[in-house]
Amino acid sequence: MTWNRRHLLTLEELSVAEIEQIHTVATAFKKVLGRSVKKIPALRGKTIVNLFLEPSTRTRMAFDMAAKRLSADVISFDAASSSTTKGETLRDTAENIAALGADMIVIRHNCAGSPLYLSNILDIPVINAGDGSHEHPTQGLLDTFTMRERLGPDLRGRRVVILGDILFSRVARSNIHALVKFGADLTLCGPSTLVPRSLEGLGVKVSHDLRSALADAEVVMLLRIQHERQTATMFPSLGEYTSMFGLNSTRASWLSPKAIIMHPGPINRGVEIDSDLADGDRSVILDQVTNGIAVRMACLFLCAGGNPASVTAGE
Amino acid sequence: MPLYHLTHARVIDPAAKRDEADGELFLRDGVFIARPSAAELKKAKKIDAAGLVAAPGLVDVHVHFREPGQTHKETIETGSRAAAAGGFTSVVCMPNTAPVADNTGTIQLIKDSASRSACVHVYPTGCITVGMKGQALAPIGSLKRAGVVAITDDGDCVQSNELMRRACEYAKMFDLSLMDHCQDHSMTVGAVMNEGALSVKLGLKGWPNAAEDLIVARNCILSEYTGAHIHMQHVSSRNAVEILRRAKSRGVRVTGEACPHHIALTDDCLATYDTHFKMNPPLRTEADRVAIIAGLKDGTLDILATDHAPHTPDEKDREFDLAPNGILGLETALAVSLEILVRQNKFKLATVIDLWTRKPAELLKLPAGTLAEGAPADLVLFDPDAEWTYDAKAGFSKSRNSPWHGQKLRGRVRQTFVSGKPVYADGKILAR
Repeated sequence: MTWNRRHLLTLEELSVAEIEQIHTVATAFKKVLGRSVKKIPALRGKTIVNLFLEPSTRTRMAFDMAAKRLSADVISFDAASSSTTKGETLRDTAENIAALGADMIVIRHNCAGSPLYLSNILDIPVINAGDGSHEHPTQGLLDTFTMRERLGPDLRGRRVVILGDILFSRVARSNIHALVKFGADLTLCGPSTLVPRSLEGLGVKVSHDLRSALADAEVVMLLRIQHERQTATMFPSLGEYTSMFGLNSTRASWLSPKAIIMHPGPINRGVEIDSDLADGDRSVILDQVTNGIAVRMACLFLCAGGNPASVTAGE
Repeated sequence: MPLYHLTHARVIDPAAKRDEADGELFLRDGVFIARPSAAELKKAKKIDAAGLVAAPGLVDVHVHFREPGQTHKETIETGSRAAAAGGFTSVVCMPNTAPVADNTGTIQLIKDSASRSACVHVYPTGCITVGMKGQALAPIGSLKRAGVVAITDDGDCVQSNELMRRACEYAKMFDLSLMDHCQDHSMTVGAVMNEGALSVKLGLKGWPNAAEDLIVARNCILSEYTGAHIHMQHVSSRNAVEILRRAKSRGVRVTGEACPHHIALTDDCLATYDTHFKMNPPLRTEADRVAIIAGLKDGTLDILATDHAPHTPDEKDREFDLAPNGILGLETALAVSLEILVRQNKFKLATVIDLWTRKPAELLKLPAGTLAEGAPADLVLFDPDAEWTYDAKAGFSKSRNSPWHGQKLRGRVRQTFVSGKPVYADGKILAR
């Protein structure tokens, strides 16, 4: 067993063996999700609190679902209904949740580093469900899980392109760390304001030329252009973005014939991707969502101290 | 007032070009005096300063004492005690209090509080603009008459070039220096650390060097155009140092300061989102750090200053984005500057003392910075090699937000005299 962490804060700090461990456990849990009774008693009697201090639909639902599939009790807590709007500090909120007897906290926060901060305060496991523009480790884990499912387990030398708003994207950062560890041939592409050269420091290639970036790629991962985070200075308009970097059928033809198209959602149809591609044969966007349950089950299970051998026997 | 007779000190007074291995000093009636008669000396209080350096009391032209209005962080009393413990005898307070010091009433309040409660000399500054909002000139002439030693919108930066130009012209009429916190706001919205490889990795909004460089260049241009003296506070960018160097070589009346944290630390310290390394301008790269030290060495940067900025533990114990900027500096400044400049970069001890004494005093024409006869008897005695562990909780500031908490430092203040009276000795503040 390679897993001996209590918290899941970043993919930067995980080893390849640890990521593979999560994927192995997720594979076992994915089988459970295919059964008629989609539930196992692994975390029965445990209480998981989803502390979502930034709006989220799919990630929160996926964590909710994952915890319930493991028979944990789940309490979800969001900014609008919480005492943080009354001025309570994150420390006090977290200590109160721990005092209520929670066994684990899943946190989403718009400030980078907040999960690390919580992990230094609390004795219970902290799972990062997205911190500002920093990391979204479970998304990176489910994305690489999906890639390995489709391309085979060995990602060494496989051509992957992440296209879009990298600068503000926690999804991109977590995927970059995981894919670099797996040895993938990773290119980041998009407008120079959103894909600055300084990203090369993370050990990846940066390109502003869509054609050469997409040529023969086996995976293209699109990131949402996040209007709400950007001022008008980052690019001229959504229309110009689409005309320069949007994925359409012509540009998709530059990809390897067997390439898969990924997107962490939510999609802006007609902006970063045309509808027929998002819904087409090469799209694995909904597989990502499904895999997200199994991967998050694995993360919760391992951080709660679950024995992987008990679920992966026979894998 | 008693006569003090200090013996066996290494006396360093850069203003008088004095550096004696076994020197004497005489203090009486608030000033340094010439050797008194033998009869008088018999009655003097003797201080054997063997093994210690005796230097002019240090001068810090950049502190935040939070009074009025933010006295939960610091007061003039607690701040002045931290100053004395760090060997500082004259400090210049920034005007970003609550209310801001843009009016003579607030200046008077600061002076009254200082005369009641401060154990070192405390000088106020006034704002450049009303409310520090950068839109209209503060009553600079009245502020000068009320006793400010400079004007600044520190913590903020006048963005309008037109307004800054007029502030220069107007302040020059009163021979008043402008001190500027150089930051282009439009390039630093939401910025919390240096923009670079690490900010990209941590997902924190970056504060680019260029935002500092632009304003430093702007100020050089305006100083040259108007003839006013503009002092660049806490220079943190290597390009800003170079811009200053070129302007000074043309004789432009600009000066620059460096802070201990910018010569000792880099943005690598932020890898764990520790808010005790969050300040504005931010810690930058190794290349910037080295360039600032080079700027101090060749005189491009004129002085050292702490930017002592207290915040309570609760205020710093937050998400990184939400924690306030600023760290304590007064109690660690001497040790840190000795370590970085003297031990690591081979500055002469007298040069570093000059950066903390004569030069800042001359910058704002303060009556300080020398051990010469007749000068105010402001004095620090320190052991340059004494090792100690800094405990911010046991310090004299009301706050504890220091990146050096728990660190081993070398160089410790033993005694501080203000106007001929001992105010600090061996870990204790003495009665005012």
